[in-house]
Amino acid sequence: MARMTMIEAIRDAMDVKMGQDEDVVVFGEDVGYFGGVFRCTHGLQAKYGKERCFDAPINESAIVGAGIGMATYGKRPCIEIQFADYVLPAYDQIVSEAARMRHRSNGEFTCPMVVRMPTGGGIFGGQTHSQSPEAIFTHVSGLKTVIPSNPYDAKGLLIAAIEDDDPVIFLEPKRLYNGPFDGHHELAVTPWSKHEKGEVPEGHYTVPIGKAQIVREGSDVTILAYGTMVFVAEAAAREQGIDAEVIDLRSLLPLDLETIQKSVEKTGRCVVVHEATLTSGFGAELAALVQQHCFYSLEAPVKRVAGWDTPYPHAQEWDYFPGPKRVGAALKATLEAK
Amino acid sequence: MADNKESGHKGPLSIHIPEPPGRPGDKPDFSHIKIPKAGETRCPDLDTKAEDMRDMAYSIVRVLDRKGNAVGPWAEYLGDDLTDETLLRGLKDMMVTRAFDQRMQTAQRQGKTSFYVQCTGEEAIATGFQRMMRPGDMNFPTYRQQGLLIAAECPLIDMMNQIYSNEKDPLDGKQLPALYSFKDHGFFTISGNLGTQYVQAVGWAMASAISGDDKISSAWIGDGSTAETDFHSGMLFASVYKPPVVLNIVNNQWAISSSNAIAGSQNTTFAARALGYGFPSIRVDGNDYLAVLAASKWATERARRNLGPTLIEWVTYRVAAHSTSDDPTAYRPQTESDAWPLGDPIERLKLHLIANSDWTEERHTQAKAEIESEIIRIQKEAESHGTLNKGHGPDAEMMFEGVYKEMPEHLVRQRIEFEKQGLEG
Ligand SMILES: Cc1ncc(C[n+]2csc(CCOP(=O)(O)OP(=O)(O)O)c2C)c(N)n1
Ligand SMILES: [Mg+2]
Repeated sequence: MARMTMIEAIRDAMDVKMGQDEDVVVFGEDVGYFGGVFRCTHGLQAKYGKERCFDAPINESAIVGAGIGMATYGKRPCIEIQFADYVLPAYDQIVSEAARMRHRSNGEFTCPMVVRMPTGGGIFGGQTHSQSPEAIFTHVSGLKTVIPSNPYDAKGLLIAAIEDDDPVIFLEPKRLYNGPFDGHHELAVTPWSKHEKGEVPEGHYTVPIGKAQIVREGSDVTILAYGTMVFVAEAAAREQGIDAEVIDLRSLLPLDLETIQKSVEKTGRCVVVHEATLTSGFGAELAALVQQHCFYSLEAPVKRVAGWDTPYPHAQEWDYFPGPKRVGAALKATLEAK
Repeated sequence: MADNKESGHKGPLSIHIPEPPGRPGDKPDFSHIKIPKAGETRCPDLDTKAEDMRDMAYSIVRVLDRKGNAVGPWAEYLGDDLTDETLLRGLKDMMVTRAFDQRMQTAQRQGKTSFYVQCTGEEAIATGFQRMMRPGDMNFPTYRQQGLLIAAECPLIDMMNQIYSNEKDPLDGKQLPALYSFKDHGFFTISGNLGTQYVQAVGWAMASAISGDDKISSAWIGDGSTAETDFHSGMLFASVYKPPVVLNIVNNQWAISSSNAIAGSQNTTFAARALGYGFPSIRVDGNDYLAVLAASKWATERARRNLGPTLIEWVTYRVAAHSTSDDPTAYRPQTESDAWPLGDPIERLKLHLIANSDWTEERHTQAKAEIESEIIRIQKEAESHGTLNKGHGPDAEMMFEGVYKEMPEHLVRQRIEFEKQGLEG
């Protein structure tokens, strides 16, 4: 066991898989010699050679398209999009191609590819370094979408994603790279080296795709969260003194409905939080599922806390970000609702 | 055809991964860039067909020789545009750009803003090009063309207010620092997504032509970003519709940590991209202010005379880090910028002016000091309106404004919710 940052854990996952499986190939913008702008691939080129880890031209569509070509040949590409905000040129390749490869060829061609990308705000990155595009992936049949919230899960989920025989979108909350940021931007973040979830086993292990984790047990209200918002939710519950159960979904699609259902049946109330914009966000799917499956247990309407429906602003970052105060207010309102 | 068995490849197949000429610890090496003598490259007539000037995509237009003299056909082509006054203004524009960059870089380090991008070593390109643009024309710049604004006399205070996201920020804090929008100065709103604006510039020029207008546009992109699909889309539309657009590529050798070889320049030039599309292309010494003026005049003249698009590859070097988030010592030789064979644009124009006008070393030193103190004065004024983390920022509610022309019901509700929370907290 070693304490790692989320960056090191992600790197370690690729290292483990590249060591085990010659078919794992890593590429993307600046990922080769330099090791990526967030340094997630640092050292992999030196260790595994230039044909296993290399720089790509700045063309996201081509990066994903070439990845698909490799995956259909039999490789296991694990590719990096420098920021989730820059995945859009590749959207056609992901949606029309990667996601449907298995279905349209009736299993003749498959696409075991991982597309990693840093997501979320909190670094004053403005509208092009802050977005959370998970819903545009969960909306697509044929894709899996996962989002870890800590180094342990990041490594285990990434190994599982690389081993998965279908395309996996791997979202990395960049504000969590170095520590469990909980929305209190005015305070210094505890580094992962001082946090138990920074504890990462050596070698191979997986966190199964499709399994959520209860990170805080409680009986009065269930909070469904993922990525950065897991820590924001915990902070909100703690600060408001609310006995909330916080579920870290970890995998958005497939979704661990069983864990959600059990929790909401127990608490009778549910708040869904995400950083992405509200309208047609993944929270809408969660709210719909909860009302469908837990209707007779619900004592209050399911509430959503999300980013406002605007582009991510630069200077107003902390007015935009759904921090512990907003989540706390939603928790109180949900508990008070009759 | 040769016998496959005899001449065919025997070993396993392999792919080619291009490498830069040097990494940290290596000696800088620019021997792969073939540099013709100043004045050597020809100046074709404006209506020359692309097929009759293919050589121009592989050569480099240069005007200033090593002693600072303006030589050759491109100097002649500049004709009346080559006055001391023009060149002094160019020198000043470049010096202002560099001093402005230095102050803003430091301001970022002091926490007064979140981000900044310098254009050190590339000042001649944008400042020189802008001299050939007219009111009503439109540049579609990248984050490294602040020189366009400075040469267009955009008030520096407005630029700083945007960088500081303060109460006078013309963009109300919405956009990243230095991703300006200054329509009145012919400067299109900058996107953070690379390449997207290249094809938009082409569309803008098409609209001007369709409307029977006389405006031209100019597209800007970095060497690395020519890899984006939108670059090729822009080239395609330019070649099909022949609108009045100048397509610029600023080849500063690097795209963050990737050398331009990763953008596909190892066996060709970026200028040569236009040859496949069949429109004229020239490759120019981007650190030579006179060459910049001449090539910009040539390409904008072609556009104004309805002769269609021109591609220009500006050969230059990114002296600074990619941005305030970057440290180039991790991926390129430390002294690489000293080894850059095309020199420094300010020094080269200064040498020319000292040799050919009444400009002197003393005057230059004095001008530099004056520019710096003027920028410090403006900076103080800008800071009196606040910086990112100090003083009044733009109103938080501004983030809800301008998503649509008229705010839809759901956003009105969200804004009210936002305001209510502010009161409770
Ligand atoms: C679509 C997209 N992909 C990736 C990025 C991240 N990025 C920002 S600048 C940059 C390098 C651009 O290099 P180049 O085009 O050569 O311009 P330069 O910075 O050298 O002026 C990259 C990869 C981005 N902004 N947009
Ligand atoms: Mg570049």
